[in-house]
Amino acid sequence: MSIRERLSGNEAAATAMRQINPDVVAAFPITPSTEIPQYFSTFVANGAVDTEFVAVESEHSAMSACIGAEAAGGRAMTATSANGLSFMWEMIYIASSLRLPIVLSLVNRAVSGPLNIHNDHSDAMGVRDAGWIMLFSENNQEAYDNLLMAHRIAENEKVMLPLMVCQDGFITSHSVENILLEEDEKVKEFVGEYHPKHYLLNQDEPIAVGPLDVQSYLFEHKAQQAEAMKNAKQVILDVAKDFEKMTGRKYGLFEEYKLDDAEVAIVCMNSTAGTTKAVVDELREQGKKVGLLKLRVFRPFPVDEVAEALGHLKAIAVLDKADSLNAAGGALFEDVTSAMYVNKKQVPAINYVYGIGGRDTRADEIEKVYNDLFEIVKTGDVKNPYRYLGLRKEAED
Amino acid sequence: MTNIDSNTPMEKMTPGGDIYEAGNAREFKTGDWRSVRPVFLSDKCKQCGLCFPVCPDDAIPVNKEMKREDFNYDYCKGCGVCAKTCPFGAIEMKEEE
Repeated sequence: MSIRERLSGNEAAATAMRQINPDVVAAFPITPSTEIPQYFSTFVANGAVDTEFVAVESEHSAMSACIGAEAAGGRAMTATSANGLSFMWEMIYIASSLRLPIVLSLVNRAVSGPLNIHNDHSDAMGVRDAGWIMLFSENNQEAYDNLLMAHRIAENEKVMLPLMVCQDGFITSHSVENILLEEDEKVKEFVGEYHPKHYLLNQDEPIAVGPLDVQSYLFEHKAQQAEAMKNAKQVILDVAKDFEKMTGRKYGLFEEYKLDDAEVAIVCMNSTAGTTKAVVDELREQGKKVGLLKLRVFRPFPVDEVAEALGHLKAIAVLDKADSLNAAGGALFEDVTSAMYVNKKQVPAINYVYGIGGRDTRADEIEKVYNDLFEIVKTGDVKNPYRYLGLRKEAED
Repeated sequence: MTNIDSNTPMEKMTPGGDIYEAGNAREFKTGDWRSVRPVFLSDKCKQCGLCFPVCPDDAIPVNKEMKREDFNYDYCKGCGVCAKTCPFGAIEMKEEE
């Protein structure tokens, strides 16, 4: 039986970590993810977990300690946000290339500067090519559920890649919502034990981890990582199936909300999907055929599945909560449109950069996006595909 | 452990380049990095024992009688520390051809 609770997103993440009971947690506090290691260190102090908590002096060291712990044969977790993740950047690549299935709880926040502690996705987008599996969560429930599934995915023999679970800073991390928790014993059984094939503390097999990889080898090792990322897609779906058996809660690569018969749709990630669902319901009552594709699995990017799900639409808008500053459009927009292109799905598409630095994105703004899409359907003219939502700007003309 | 070399396909390589055995630096011959080579002049050598402890690559073999032998050019990178250390001029650095 699931347990009814009310928790913030950070409490939910910390609770998942308590139930997972990893061997090592190494973390350094940074807003808005600070509470996760804070709550977790309470669990350590109270003896609720057996974890070795390493209070490191920086995020670079937090990820380094996790790498050491995983290479040794343990299970390691951490949490961070924004500049904390930036500071980990070097070790983020080491973790994935050494094929260490570390699990990180990323509470999304704008990367400075100028200094801003509020939510957008610029931290996550900065590591989108780092070889980590990246799951996004609409609310505290999904942040919790994604963490419970994380190790089964990351530690799968065909995958062996680190994984980060993203949720929106403050919007979900500090909002208390209803949540269904699973019983400790059931989580323990579901997550299982980690027995890596090769590890540093195995005295019967001395190994070298991370040796010099010259011209004749690195290419093949990178291709192995790419292969593992491709394998992850099916593993994510298999684990979701098992998770559904335990909890009744269903997860895929993305969620399609009233998308089947929709004419126009929005693609977005994390908490904005909640706002968008409310707008979809409202517009549906007015007879407007609108839908939503909420991406859960951003890495590996479900190229064919996304193209298939969006192919029947008359126009789509992709919402990016980070600007790529490339004079072309956001990262999610690029991925969605190239997925459509290679699958020969010709649908007019526009991009909205929105919510930067924690700017609120209101229902009426989401409604405006749908209206813009209907205008494109009517005129057949996309005009400018790279747009902003909620930006103050002097009127043109 | 199977040998992995520059002809091994990616499917046969270990994940992350991990090496499942110890002491494998011996397999990686770094001598071809050398641009100058030390030449051992055995007639000048007094077997004082000052050269081999300073070799960063363990490229000066020492036998059971605690006497040094000729250089192991598989690993000597030609740094010249031994030649500087030798008080008797028994090690001469020469350009590699």
